[in-house]
Amino acid sequence: MSGPLLEVKGLRVEFPTRRGTLVAVDGISFSIAPGEVLGVVGESGAGKSLTGMAVIGLLEPPGRIAAGEIRLEGERIDQLPYEKMRRIRGRRIGAIFQDPLTSLNPLYTVGTQLIETIQTHLDLAPAEARARALALLREVGIPAPESRVDHYPHQFSGGMRQRVVIALALCAEPRLVIADEPTTALDVSIQAQIIQLLKRLARERGTAVMLITHDMGVIAETADRVAVMYAGRIAEIGPVREVIHAPRHPYTVGLMGSIPKVGAGVGKRHARLVQIEGAMPRLNAIPAGCAFNPRCPKRFERCLRERPGPLPAGSNLVACWLHVHG
Amino acid sequence: MAEAATQPLLRLEEVGRDFDVSRPWLNRVLEGDPRLLLRAVDGVSFEVRRGETLALVGESGCGKSTVARLIVGLYEPSRGRIVFDGVEITDPGARAETTRARRRMQMIFQDPYASLNPRWRVREVVAEPIRVLRLASSEAEIEARVAELLAQVGLAAEDGEKYPHEFSGGQRQRISIARALSGRPGFLVCDEPTSALDVSVQAQILNLMTELQEQLALTYLFISHNLAVVSHIADRIGVMYLGRLVELAPAEELFARPKHPYTRMLLDAVPDLAMSGKARTPVAGEVPNPLAPPAGCAFNPRCPHANDRCRSEPPALLPAGAAAVACHAVEEKRI
Repeated sequence: MSGPLLEVKGLRVEFPTRRGTLVAVDGISFSIAPGEVLGVVGESGAGKSLTGMAVIGLLEPPGRIAAGEIRLEGERIDQLPYEKMRRIRGRRIGAIFQDPLTSLNPLYTVGTQLIETIQTHLDLAPAEARARALALLREVGIPAPESRVDHYPHQFSGGMRQRVVIALALCAEPRLVIADEPTTALDVSIQAQIIQLLKRLARERGTAVMLITHDMGVIAETADRVAVMYAGRIAEIGPVREVIHAPRHPYTVGLMGSIPKVGAGVGKRHARLVQIEGAMPRLNAIPAGCAFNPRCPKRFERCLRERPGPLPAGSNLVACWLHVHG
Repeated sequence: MAEAATQPLLRLEEVGRDFDVSRPWLNRVLEGDPRLLLRAVDGVSFEVRRGETLALVGESGCGKSTVARLIVGLYEPSRGRIVFDGVEITDPGARAETTRARRRMQMIFQDPYASLNPRWRVREVVAEPIRVLRLASSEAEIEARVAELLAQVGLAAEDGEKYPHEFSGGQRQRISIARALSGRPGFLVCDEPTSALDVSVQAQILNLMTELQEQLALTYLFISHNLAVVSHIADRIGVMYLGRLVELAPAEELFARPKHPYTRMLLDAVPDLAMSGKARTPVAGEVPNPLAPPAGCAFNPRCPHANDRCRSEPPALLPAGAAAVACHAVEEKRI
């Protein structure tokens, strides 16, 4: 297959409210190739989770896609009727959410949940479905799956539960996995194990992964490319290495500087972290022009007036007027 | 105070805390279930020196927050002594001295949404410790002090008239800090103060805490699961695992030469932002059930260096260079 597996163009997500329409995702475009991990990073309220929800068609009303298009393997999926979308979800798009406990039904064993999901999407006999469930549990690194398959979710630890959720998302061999903060609820040692698992998945199965997280460290370890979101827009998108080591948008520069690095501050007692003054604007008060302009140390007149589109800067695309010439 | 300034501000001696997690009495009688004790913290000893920041790190359930709560008196210890500025605050016979000593410590909590009373205006929240501790003689004085505190944490005096819900997470944490400072404490226990915040806001709060420490000569006990945050703020770091302190070292030492296998594992597991491409060995296994901790060293089932002694005899925290480590392998110079 050539071309991107997922292509999002000019996506706009709105929430109509009594006091006017809030634009939570505002004209974003990106694509993910098969086997690629695209990181989507941003602070709370940047619109990263809503972007993921829009792609799997799970926006909660009154939220709606107001403009743009979403294509999966070339096919438009943003206007599909509910039933059709439901069949794509789980079959061709898998989802992993932050809290593994709420993603699993506490009343059924993990085996029952896996087998049910497998049989919903694939035409398999019960024995085959069970064999597949066992194989999946083994693949996500659950020791002794034969004895664990009949356990209930509460009998698993947090890390093991997240593995079960990943196994569930993989049941029907989806082409695209949307992982929304999959490691945030986990301890750092378990987090590393889950990251390895996601990476292996993309590499070995050619699955495209959209990894949504606020943690730049997780992105650095896992993603091939990264999109940095701010106030519902993509500030910068490019290869991970470029974005982390040579960020070009002033927001990305500030964000990278504000992350404490292990060992970096040690010795120089009380080295100050770079801080971005202020906070991200609320959705009802997004400034005109560039959304970042009130906090930007480099703003000039044009930033207050005109919203910057994605401009090429090295191998990145940057929404910043500083890069208008190159 | 008769105590010399060289004395540590806080000293914990073999402090432990158990929680009774038994099933209800009737079930125990009818079904013969035994009493179940969870040793949340066991045999923890350390000192906090005046003016320093001591950080306690560890994964969920390692007991670091319990230690914080024991120190400020939200829990009573089951064993051991806690001495604050020469006063044994765990001594039930010294209630008056304990109360006086405790006035000089305050706590900042993790969740800035849950730790502020939503029905109080910010000025009331910040003024409460001043009133309770009778630190001001008139309303005008309280008002002036509240304005000063709000300015100190980077808020405007007008913000005092607002309610907590009108603020973002980072600003709420500033309010929590102002409230903690209003009692003029010398010692702040900070339990994951930035974990609920976005990184750019976290940077603002960490910078603020550093500035305040310098201005007001504060001593911090800083609880966190995030080694990167800790490396920025701490002078010394204690690593906890399953209720015990496994390593205690100056920050530079801990990051340059981690000794305990668990500390090494934690450092290895931190996502590598520099993308040096170093091969990460993901740690096998998980933290064992604290109700049935393994015999000997609690880390032995996950430790690549464990031997028979590690599986039978719990290691004590012994000096090792500039650090103190609870590990047989380090003691025997095997690693």
